[in-house]
Amino acid sequence: MADPAHPASQGFDPAAAARMVAAFGHNGALGARFVAHGEDWSELALDYRADLIGDEASGVLASGPIIALMDMATSIAVWIRRGAFKPQATLDLRIDYLRAATPGRTVIGHGECYRLTRRVAFVRGMAHDGDPDDPIAHVAGTFMMTDEA
Amino acid sequence: MTVCETKLPPYAHFLGITVERDGDRGPLFQMPFETRVVGRPHFLHGGAIAGLLEIAAVGTVLDALAGEAGVGVKPINVTVDFMRGGRERLTFAAATIARLGNRIANVEAFAWQDDRSRPIAAARMTLMLRRAPQGE
Repeated sequence: MADPAHPASQGFDPAAAARMVAAFGHNGALGARFVAHGEDWSELALDYRADLIGDEASGVLASGPIIALMDMATSIAVWIRRGAFKPQATLDLRIDYLRAATPGRTVIGHGECYRLTRRVAFVRGMAHDGDPDDPIAHVAGTFMMTDEA
Repeated sequence: MTVCETKLPPYAHFLGITVERDGDRGPLFQMPFETRVVGRPHFLHGGAIAGLLEIAAVGTVLDALAGEAGVGVKPINVTVDFMRGGRERLTFAAATIARLGNRIANVEAFAWQDDRSRPIAAARMTLMLRRAPQGE
């Protein structure tokens, strides 16, 4: 289902691509779910799970699953902006952990591609666990278009 | 006590990570290639590589602080550089502590596969240390 309001997404269905990507391999093992998208962003959800805990004493999720979620959300945002499911690779990702995610809560990851060039995509995003005004993490990163010379 | 005897968190088990002591070099972390760490077909997921690097960074700091009761480590931030695609084989990771302060630790971690001098990814991590109050 191409969205006529978003010319870049003609012939490309971000929701279908996101569902496919989210179901596969590491994303599938984490159980990340596609939530929503716009013309340059995507939003995914990661449910709280005991096997993703990083600190057993507090029950707080490890930081790794949040990076993986943000890598996926920003990556999907780049595909949406490119209007195609083409090869790309994460060059770097920086994440600031503003506070610990509250145990038991679903984490929402919002990824945005704010600049796309021929070979590099610039992304940013944030994660929260219920209140977007009280984020748990901010990210910034870049992707390389591996199909471009 | 060393990290090799310390229990890794559930998330490390989820990734299949194990740890052993690499002579004088400190803890050496290993992550086998399995479906649960795959990104695009035949390659490791960046998130799984980042997870391994974070486990290595935190584990190495906890190892350095071994013997200190009630110590805790909290991530402030991490920057991960992905340098090569991770292929379908065992991945290693080790970390170097650049500075271990009273409240902050600055750590660098590397991940590689066949050749330690050809890293697939690196991370720079800033950690906050929570230490048990010292006797006055």
